[in-house]
Amino acid sequence: MIRVQREDFDVGAELAALTTGNHAIGGLASFVGLVRDLHGPDDTGIKAMTLEHYPGMTEKMLREIEAKAGHRWPIDASLIIHRYGRLEPGDRIVLVACASRHRDAAFDACRFLMDWLKTKAPFWKLEETAHGSRWVEARRNDDQAAARWTSDPDAAA
Amino acid sequence: MKILYFAWLRQRIGRAEEDLEPPAEVATVAALIDWLRARGPGYAAALANPAIIRVAVNQEFARADAPIRAGDEVALFPPVTGG
Repeated sequence: MIRVQREDFDVGAELAALTTGNHAIGGLASFVGLVRDLHGPDDTGIKAMTLEHYPGMTEKMLREIEAKAGHRWPIDASLIIHRYGRLEPGDRIVLVACASRHRDAAFDACRFLMDWLKTKAPFWKLEETAHGSRWVEARRNDDQAAARWTSDPDAAA
Repeated sequence: MKILYFAWLRQRIGRAEEDLEPPAEVATVAALIDWLRARGPGYAAALANPAIIRVAVNQEFARADAPIRAGDEVALFPPVTGG
């Protein structure tokens, strides 16, 4: 399941709902991404961050990434929630969760979803600092993190 | 053809989307970027370095040599930074 929303989410309630009724699930791995108040080589202070996205393509890419994980690992349930709009330090940005019979698939699929989401989902971050606003630049190690799951050069598109 | 711009491309070009009909010889993503660059100083600034621009055609990532056709939705944006 994927959701793209402006509102915050309740991690506990989302994780509980994901596994309710399926007692074959033995492990649930999750990752929560938060807005940091520091960024860049100089640790510039960040007052807020605005996430822009491409409605339509975002949902499509998240569904594709989720389906890829489902083909690769025996996942019983998965969830991606990604927020957009203006967020402040400490706010939740993203939740990725994967449930499976055993922990390895849950851990690996969760990390795969997060690595792929960072290079494939059309979101852009605009940071507000004391010196004005600036667009966050893509990090080369995000591409490398996604690429290790595949030999497909498109992984780092 | 519907053309969408995101993040700093949107800011430099000064609009989020527009409907344009490029001439028939503009048949690839790379040709479209070249054609758009000549439309004004905002476009020239936004599209100065095609190597750092990502493109989606009909909401799928597309390479520079990918074909484009009338009626397509083409989005131009910087490398993504979500998550």
